[in-house]
Amino acid sequence: MSESLTALAYLIAAILFILALRGLSHPVTSRRGNQFGMAGMAIAVVATLLHPNIHAASYARIVAAIAVGGSIGVYIARRIQMTALPQLVAAFHSLVGMAAVFVAAAALNAPEAFGIGHPGAIHVQSRIEMSLGLAIGAITFSGSVIAFAKLQGIMRGAPIIFPQQHRLNALLGVIAVALIAAFVVTGSQPLFWLIALLAFGLGFLLIIPIGGADMPVIISMLNSYSGWAAAGIGFTIQNLALIITGSLVGASGAILSYIMCKGMNRSIINVLLGGFGTDTGTAAAAGGAAGERSVRSGAAEDAAFIMKNASKIIIAPGYGMAVAQAQHALREMSDVLKAEGVEVKYAIHPVAGRMPGHMNVLLAEANVPYDEVFELEEINNEFSTADVVYVIGANDVTNPAAKTDKQSPIYGMPILEVDKAKTVLFVKRSMASGYAGVENELFFRPNTMMLFGDAKKMTEEIVQALH
Amino acid sequence: MNPNTIAEQANRIADEAHALAQQAQAAAQTVVPATVAGGVEPFIFLFAIFLMACFVGYYVVWNVTPALHSPLMAVTNAISSVIIVGAMLATGLGDSTWAIGFGVAGTALASVNIFGGFVVTQRMLSMFRSKK
Repeated sequence: MSESLTALAYLIAAILFILALRGLSHPVTSRRGNQFGMAGMAIAVVATLLHPNIHAASYARIVAAIAVGGSIGVYIARRIQMTALPQLVAAFHSLVGMAAVFVAAAALNAPEAFGIGHPGAIHVQSRIEMSLGLAIGAITFSGSVIAFAKLQGIMRGAPIIFPQQHRLNALLGVIAVALIAAFVVTGSQPLFWLIALLAFGLGFLLIIPIGGADMPVIISMLNSYSGWAAAGIGFTIQNLALIITGSLVGASGAILSYIMCKGMNRSIINVLLGGFGTDTGTAAAAGGAAGERSVRSGAAEDAAFIMKNASKIIIAPGYGMAVAQAQHALREMSDVLKAEGVEVKYAIHPVAGRMPGHMNVLLAEANVPYDEVFELEEINNEFSTADVVYVIGANDVTNPAAKTDKQSPIYGMPILEVDKAKTVLFVKRSMASGYAGVENELFFRPNTMMLFGDAKKMTEEIVQALH
Repeated sequence: MNPNTIAEQANRIADEAHALAQQAQAAAQTVVPATVAGGVEPFIFLFAIFLMACFVGYYVVWNVTPALHSPLMAVTNAISSVIIVGAMLATGLGDSTWAIGFGVAGTALASVNIFGGFVVTQRMLSMFRSKK
């Protein structure tokens, strides 16, 4: 295959990748889109295998590496539970980052393979691109490993903060830039690995101060980084498919980060500085204040009675639903209610869950049709016409203080206006506050009924009471 | 003249010729595309493609329905692993053990991602059903 033909094949692969993303504009076209993506990848891989100068002996190595990696990938992807998706995605991001580091290292050792010079005499411009790809790749790797550890619960979700943290990070950043400059001038191997080491450390330090509940932003941001790392390597090895795909992914991750930040009314800087929220640790602190005011609490039978007499119910799920694995019980509950002639809809806040779109996948897993599931803007006007809102595992995203209390840390955050419904049923394990550490005014409203208990168990009990 | 000195001299000249040939080759690599393109650096073309792709990405991704943001992350993960072509080329064209080693390792890691990413995306998408 001539070089022009190979380049053309890469271009076709890149176009197929664009079509893959295009397909995701609607669930119906999405499966076709994913197939486009697979086809694009197959074309890129085959075109590379047909490169005329590949040593005959290395085919076995390449095929073996693909077979081993591929079987691990398929095994993990088949077995992973949908609630564990965020950590899986974080782990995959780390692999892209590490692969970028490896390819940069390979290009440093075999520059002639990519036509960028000779060992010890690599073109200056390629050295710039190589070191940028390396640094971003390494930051993506270690940052994603920390995000994975926090999501998987290997590491506590609470922010890790120490004095002078941001100054240290800034200092390391400056050193990294200086090392890159030195590498561009000298092209020395030790400097290359020093950059890698520093970038690994930087990725680690950047993510540890960020709390578990801010992970949707962080995962999106690391998604973006992995794209820019790929693009940087694409420039280094002058590969069209890699440059185009890298920028697509980089843009995609950046947009998702923006959407997530907007969903919390916080700037990306504010999220990155970290220290916000304590994940699940605030339970004890908030307990005292709640004792002074009375709440109306009820049992599953009460909830079932109210629901049976409703004509329209909106369900607002949050991360708590995922933790309790309550999505199947929830779908059963809405099946029973629908059979009784009740209209049931689901309302999803942009930052519900631990990654963008997490709730939608979990509901889809439980066979909830996607046309019953609505985004915040689509459904917010409908709460006033709903008889019952069933809040399950969500808290801060329903807090009216976000609209009224200027002192509140969540002031300005768009919320699901569940307080406008006739009755709010709030499933919660205790009176603990959400991750923002703010008490929810809603608990004390006369039209709110608290259902204390595990989200899954409570929902199952309601299902029984409905029968 | 001593045959040894002559051999040494010949050796040195051969080395120099080799170095010159390498330089000429390196120069040719940068010159050829440049002349074809009328004096514009190849980097500019790559950069133009990069910028265009950023815009395409921006518009395409805003079109993605929020309900599918999780599959979007999984599939972008899979396609960014097209970095595998770099790793494969290093494996297939590299001469040093290190280059081949890094190439093989990169190929394996990217494969985990490609297969894992597409399979998990397919799994997610197959669950999205309408009311009928």
